[in-house]
Amino acid sequence: MGSQKTYRISFLLLLIVLVASFVLNTSLGSVSIPMSATLHTVFGGSLDNDSWEYIIWNYRIPKAFTASVVGGALALSGLLMQTLFRNPLAGPFVLGISSGASLGAALLIMGSSIFSGILTLGWVNDISLAIAASAGSFLVLLAVMVVASKVKDTMALLIIGLMFGSITAAVVSVLSYFTKAEQLQQFVYWSFGSVGNLSWPQLWLLLAIIGIGIVLSILSIKALNALLLGENYARSLGVPLKKSRYTVILATGLLAGSVTAFAGPIAFVGLAVPHLTRQLFDTTEHKILVPAVLMYGAILMLLCDTVAQLPGSANVLPINAITSILGAPVVIWLLVRKRKMVF
Amino acid sequence: MIVPKTTYTALEVTDLSIGYASNEIANAINFSLSAGELTAIVGVNGIGKSTLLRTIGNVQPKLSGNIDLEGTPLEALHSKALASKISVVLTEPIASKNMTVVELVALGRQPYTNWIGSLSPKDKAKITDSLNRLELRHLKNKKCYELSDGQLQRVLIARALAQDTTIMLLDEPTTHLDLYHKVQILKLLKSIAHETNKTILFTSHEIEMCIQLCDTMLLLDGANNPFGQPCELIGSGAFDKLFPSDTVSFDATSGSFRIEK
Repeated sequence: MGSQKTYRISFLLLLIVLVASFVLNTSLGSVSIPMSATLHTVFGGSLDNDSWEYIIWNYRIPKAFTASVVGGALALSGLLMQTLFRNPLAGPFVLGISSGASLGAALLIMGSSIFSGILTLGWVNDISLAIAASAGSFLVLLAVMVVASKVKDTMALLIIGLMFGSITAAVVSVLSYFTKAEQLQQFVYWSFGSVGNLSWPQLWLLLAIIGIGIVLSILSIKALNALLLGENYARSLGVPLKKSRYTVILATGLLAGSVTAFAGPIAFVGLAVPHLTRQLFDTTEHKILVPAVLMYGAILMLLCDTVAQLPGSANVLPINAITSILGAPVVIWLLVRKRKMVF
Repeated sequence: MIVPKTTYTALEVTDLSIGYASNEIANAINFSLSAGELTAIVGVNGIGKSTLLRTIGNVQPKLSGNIDLEGTPLEALHSKALASKISVVLTEPIASKNMTVVELVALGRQPYTNWIGSLSPKDKAKITDSLNRLELRHLKNKKCYELSDGQLQRVLIARALAQDTTIMLLDEPTTHLDLYHKVQILKLLKSIAHETNKTILFTSHEIEMCIQLCDTMLLLDGANNPFGQPCELIGSGAFDKLFPSDTVSFDATSGSFRIEK
């Protein structure tokens, strides 16, 4: 039966590309390490060159893992949003989750500059930044959920998410107006996004939160499929609408919120990857799409990060810029080619 | 006129009042449908046809009165149980037209599938059966955005049929269709009702076609809302006052409306 195609070849292809991207990402960087040495280390061997081994294990592999997790999580949250809001333009940014995280980070970094009597500068580090960003994104998410319980129309919810985004963006710009140059710079660096700053323990924490988000998404697969018909049809099929809506929003919050907290606001992956995935997997069945966007998102993020780190040079470009430069034309190309965005 | 053998009462509505707390739209609605009966709800625009359908489908609450499904009050049924009793075809467009026909029809099996929605052989058989009955077999791998209005309407009916409920509710299933496709849809509904013993209730503006095809009709007129077989309704003059007589009048012998010049 047509609906039961397994897409085995496409999944196999994705897996091969994923492994290849992972190896490519770990083998390239500011220090050039031969591919053979990288492969040897990745698959558990030890090297004579201790510094190479150190770089690979403590810098490159955590970074590649982070990139995969970040890309997969953002892509999945984009898919969830697009189906929940039945809008091809939805993504983690649209609900205001990323701007909430920005607000948290801005309040911490720049607020500590303005209220320097209360908070000392040393207080701002990676962990506190992650906590502030998560708190910010969950605050916005909570506000959106409160509104969601009052507003029945999901389109209205989408606009409310955008409004929250505008409010937080405005607060951030007011804060930056009053802040000192050094703190402003720190905030701007955070907003560039980076997958390279995570230590192994931080990575495990991120992985655990993303894991919960993925489990919630898998539990929502059936409801997501029904939502493709519209809310009234979904209700007539016995889908508990309110519960499903909350589950999906919570999953998105966990996925996008934690990623933004740890890696900064990364644009376009959440919006573009579900559309790219639909090119390869011509289906609307979420049983297929959920694992597919996870893998596709990981691949895209690994490749973007490979470009961002400018192999052979000591410079690293902001990953947010790379994802936007690659992502925006892809969305335009899809729109022009299909004349409309189907989802 | 084929009148199906009366088996049992599938849907019974007594003294129903519908609308919103601040605004009652229609009241004194009484009718009773047997299994395998094709029934049309007709009436002028804004009289409450869709509201009645939405109330029976549990999309909005009733104001007062009773709705009984096979003897059980509607409000006593859990949403999951209700999903195996009532299926709907709505006027609102489906959210994602990127689905294939077979994917969409398969969604009708959701009330019966497991937590992740795997289709059992029985589910697949029901889907194939629905596709065949609605003459959609050759279209089953087409995307919904590739279909014509008439084809899409048949797909939505196939989905409702795959849901395998005692009652099917359809809101204006023939709008936007040309004469041929209107007749095609109504004849399909009739054959589904009679051959699968499902009770089909739909709203329509095609009063003349409904007179010819339906087993019973409910005429919402804002007063006593007559219900019965089309010939009974004609006999009692129910259609005569439906529209202002200086514009449109009803001709009882031909069962059709005539424009007054």
